[in-house]
Amino acid sequence: MINVTFLTADGEKIKTQGLAGSVMGLAVEHDVPGIGGDCGGVCSCATCHVHVAKKDLARVGEASEIEKDMLELTDDVSEASRLCCQITLSEDIDGLEVKVVRE
Amino acid sequence: MQPSKCSNNHQEPLRCDSDSVAPSQAREITTEKCPFSNFDENKVGQFKDSFSLLRQNQGFLDIDDQNDPVKMVLGLKEVRKAAHNWNLFQSEAKPGRIVVPSEVSIRDIRQIPFELDPPSHKYFRSLLEPWFKRPSTLEYQDKLGAIVEHVVSQTINDGTAHKNKQNSYDAVTDIALTIQSRALSVLLNVPMDEAKTWISWGTHVFRSNDNPLDAEKADVLYDYLDAQIQKAKGAPRDDIYGLLLNAKVEGRALSDEEIKGILVLTFAGGRDTVINSLTNTLAYFSDNPDALNFINQHPEHLNSAVEELFRYFSPLTHMGRVATAEGEVAKQHIPDDSRISLCWASANRDETVFDTPNNLVLTRKTNPHVAFGFGIHNCLGATHARALMRIWVKELAHRVAKVDVIEATENIEQWGGVKRKVGFQTLLVRLTGRV
Repeated sequence: MINVTFLTADGEKIKTQGLAGSVMGLAVEHDVPGIGGDCGGVCSCATCHVHVAKKDLARVGEASEIEKDMLELTDDVSEASRLCCQITLSEDIDGLEVKVVRE
Repeated sequence: MQPSKCSNNHQEPLRCDSDSVAPSQAREITTEKCPFSNFDENKVGQFKDSFSLLRQNQGFLDIDDQNDPVKMVLGLKEVRKAAHNWNLFQSEAKPGRIVVPSEVSIRDIRQIPFELDPPSHKYFRSLLEPWFKRPSTLEYQDKLGAIVEHVVSQTINDGTAHKNKQNSYDAVTDIALTIQSRALSVLLNVPMDEAKTWISWGTHVFRSNDNPLDAEKADVLYDYLDAQIQKAKGAPRDDIYGLLLNAKVEGRALSDEEIKGILVLTFAGGRDTVINSLTNTLAYFSDNPDALNFINQHPEHLNSAVEELFRYFSPLTHMGRVATAEGEVAKQHIPDDSRISLCWASANRDETVFDTPNNLVLTRKTNPHVAFGFGIHNCLGATHARALMRIWVKELAHRVAKVDVIEATENIEQWGGVKRKVGFQTLLVRLTGRV
């Protein structure tokens, strides 16, 4: 199982576990506030914006050009920003911590 | 006048070409009807990119509209930037002015929250979002599923149905309008019987087939909503009328006009767009029967398939904005108080962003389309539309082996010198069930 922890805008810590899919899918499955996932993960709606914990940035990797273009026009964007529908669950990111940007 | 482009040669069957004209011809206006109204049965589900040359060559299209010109923005990144910049390109202009063709001459009522900007926009959007997110729940989706299942059961050809020619049904009126109207009753949480009234209005609530700005037609909706709002004041209700009558925005109750403005948007915004999405999907499957099997066998691709259908069809071609100051978009100077429009349909075929933009790729994984708009004014009804289309496509894939189109009349929009197929006036189809 792959562990991912979400810190919501209200300060709540939600610990989740999953096997496959995306970090967004995991968030939706666990009703994490602030993660919409309206487009189901095709990088169209930007409702799954998170800030990745500094310690995890390198292993999560950089956003693609398409994702960067989306993030460019998103509120509260930072160097740690990712759309979590574009982060695939894998052993490489076990223990990931992300902060949800939207309330 | 530039005559309609119709081809009639030995290589291709007779057909009307809804493709764009070259930039040099872009200001020619076409009004003639193509004499060859036969459709190409192998391409009925094909929706060409009408804006490709203009998008690649200049990035914009000038269109006139009742002496209030519009500069249509065509590239995805430029469209997104302008949509994001709500402060410069506002929606809270004179009611009806951001719509193209402008509805300024036929309505005073402001559609909410669509024709508001922050801060008012945020207050109304916060009030409405929980209601319009209900389609994410299984209970809501089950209701939509029952509606779709019922209509498919009625129209699928099991050898007993006899409606029109060769056991066929009009996908626009018999199928899509029925599903859209019944599904709207779920969105509003009103009895499904109400849908009978809405179906009786026909496919458009603001337009008749020969008049894009039909004030009398709009009055039918306004009168209906006035009556419903007054009726809802009499007793506690758990429908959208009850929600709005009991709601407060900035510490005050909503006026009847504001309630009506929200409801008009709900009725009008999800009418043609949903009907086109449902109908066009049938047209696509008629050309691509293998796609029905593929989705049926690979339900894990249902979501990407539906998002791709939305991108490819782009059921709302564009939406306008009004400049609050001088500005620039697509390297063009935009005068204060002039209009631009954000062309979602063109942006969704932008070859600098999408690989093979004119192919409908059911498994397209990354699909940053703007079929539901972009930025703070993105479509409030998108959750409902997505849920309905996922159920529609899944049901068709599960139960239908093939879709035959018997007759088709395309619905072609005209923007300046550009023609765009957005859907169908009629699409006579026969659905053959799986054995």
